Amino acid sequence: MKGNIGIDSNISIDINHITRVEGHGNIHVVIENGKLVDAKWAVVETPRFFEAMLRGMSHEMAPLLTARICGICSIGHTLASLRATERALGIEIPDTARKIRLLAKHGETLQSHLLHLFFLVVPDFFYESSLIPFVRSNRILMEEVLRLRGLANSMCETIAGRTTHPVGFCVGGVSKIPHKKELQKLRKDIADRFSDLEQAVKFFKRLELPDFVRETEFVSLKGEENYPWIGGDLISTDGVVKSENDYLAMTNEYKENFTTSKFTKLSRNSFAVGALARINNNYRWLKAKELAEEFVLRPVNHNPFMNNIAQLVECMHVMLESCDLIDELLDDSLRDIRAEYEVKGGEGIGAVEVPRGILYHHYRIDEKGLIEKANCVIPTTQNNANILYDMAALVEQEIAHGKSSNEVTKLCEMLVRSYDPCISCSVH
Amino acid sequence: MNYLGIELKKPKVAFFDFTGCEGCQLQIANKEETFIDFISKVEVVNFREISSEKRDDYEIAFVEGAITRQDEIGRLKHIRKNAKILVALGTCACYGGVNAIKNKFSIKDVREEVYGNNLVDTMAVQSVKEIVDVDFEIPGCPISKAEFEDIALNLILGADFNFKKYPVCVECKQNFNHCLLDEGKICLGPITRAGCSAICIGGKLPCYGCRGPAVENNWPSLKQTLIEKGFSLEQIREKISFFNSLHEVAKL
Repeated sequence: MKGNIGIDSNISIDINHITRVEGHGNIHVVIENGKLVDAKWAVVETPRFFEAMLRGMSHEMAPLLTARICGICSIGHTLASLRATERALGIEIPDTARKIRLLAKHGETLQSHLLHLFFLVVPDFFYESSLIPFVRSNRILMEEVLRLRGLANSMCETIAGRTTHPVGFCVGGVSKIPHKKELQKLRKDIADRFSDLEQAVKFFKRLELPDFVRETEFVSLKGEENYPWIGGDLISTDGVVKSENDYLAMTNEYKENFTTSKFTKLSRNSFAVGALARINNNYRWLKAKELAEEFVLRPVNHNPFMNNIAQLVECMHVMLESCDLIDELLDDSLRDIRAEYEVKGGEGIGAVEVPRGILYHHYRIDEKGLIEKANCVIPTTQNNANILYDMAALVEQEIAHGKSSNEVTKLCEMLVRSYDPCISCSVH
Repeated sequence: MNYLGIELKKPKVAFFDFTGCEGCQLQIANKEETFIDFISKVEVVNFREISSEKRDDYEIAFVEGAITRQDEIGRLKHIRKNAKILVALGTCACYGGVNAIKNKFSIKDVREEVYGNNLVDTMAVQSVKEIVDVDFEIPGCPISKAEFEDIALNLILGADFNFKKYPVCVECKQNFNHCLLDEGKICLGPITRAGCSAICIGGKLPCYGCRGPAVENNWPSLKQTLIEKGFSLEQIREKISFFNSLHEVAKL
């Protein structure tokens, strides 16, 4: 590849505030004579200091505060916060509450994936600045997609009152439970929307993803009997397995001089988290294997652009799993939803697979039930290093193929978007 | 769009985000039933979260998030200069929101707690109206999707929009919710502006006042009730300061 590089292989890319991502980030890449001399994936979002704000706060307020870390995955943050607190205080939540929480989370995953795929990613394939002109020319498809997102939001609303900053959860379980009639309606609504998902799948089959592969380590929760979403051991495609409590040894934050964002690593100098990581580690538990196969998505897949397809496949998975969860809840008395507990001191870690990858909350709570110390490790922070190393390799590959600076810039933006970064989250 | 038989010019609107979770912008994209209709009534010229278009010729600017860094002040003033109407969108923009819990601590302390020796740039949290003139405020954490469209439509038509004067308590009674004060919780529904359909209390979560104070509120009476119920000032303070939205009314 390098042999093809000629004198035209000098490229400088500068994008300030990349659009169609959540939050503010800049890309800066300089290639001279086909060699990467500078690369920055700089997060310029204003930090909010959530870990500092948590100190001295009542433990039952922590999920409400940390939900506000992210407008897109507030249910995921709430559940990681609750799990950390419940593990610190030694609380076992009832099985019914566990299923209710997971159902709301599935609504969030579906909502977030569809937002990313259609609002943020699709315009790139049509050389459009946004979805808005695309809506005009593809009205029927967009109505199908919006119906699907409507389903996702109504899943969240039925269980948690709303999609952003949920209201039905509490330490020990859930504070509110939907009526069986509402669950039956939701069950029917999900069944009715599979045809819309099929249309979205058909549409994505027509798109040609960039051809790029870089060997990567993928980190996620480890499924034991099911595809993993909340709690359990941690696993990587390089064969590392650790307990949830060892999350610091799974993330190993470090700093490089050429970038402002923190990096993480495990067996290599970077790793990836997210839908592709989950499928790469837990393919055997995936309920949508047929769909994965239609896109030739098999573990371990090393093309970062396939994270888009992995998200599409997970949309199918969460819809199928939600039907099963609702069937189980309909056979349940729905009475045992909240465990009583005594306030005492303790320390706990909660790991949750949110749409963009594995999220950790870690709290130390004093004997009065106030938070003493908090730490949150966000999926996008874990992806930062991998985004940068992918970008360097992608730029080298594309200039070797003689691509113009504009084409390379566009591919860099598409690469960042394929990780679905949530920058507000990452500088919580 | 046609109003009283006259074809209206589409106003140019822009959305900007400062310090926050961007959840309020998401509510606009999340209103599936009317999203296509809504965006056809306006011309979106700047909406970084969902569009690469970046133009400065907007008439209505919706500003989300609180102000927590020097460079944000310059950006905000620039937007104020370009916009005919500037709307603060969400509790962070209107009041500072949960970000303002940071103001309980010193800048040095929060910086060291989270970033160690790394000197990240930050300052005490301010709301949008502390920096520039604001023409309209839409509170809520997050904003209500339905209320946003009502207000936006009124702005486009040049009509007035009046918030409800009564507190969340009234909506709670309309929804036949159990009173959480009666269940032994601190709930600020009696002093908070209605318009959210008491959604939190519907989920058995007390109201912490994200929409700001109701015009018709009786804080002295609520304060008295909470103290009689045995809550400490510390417990009450944690709740009334959570969104930084009630300090003009709820004083301890």
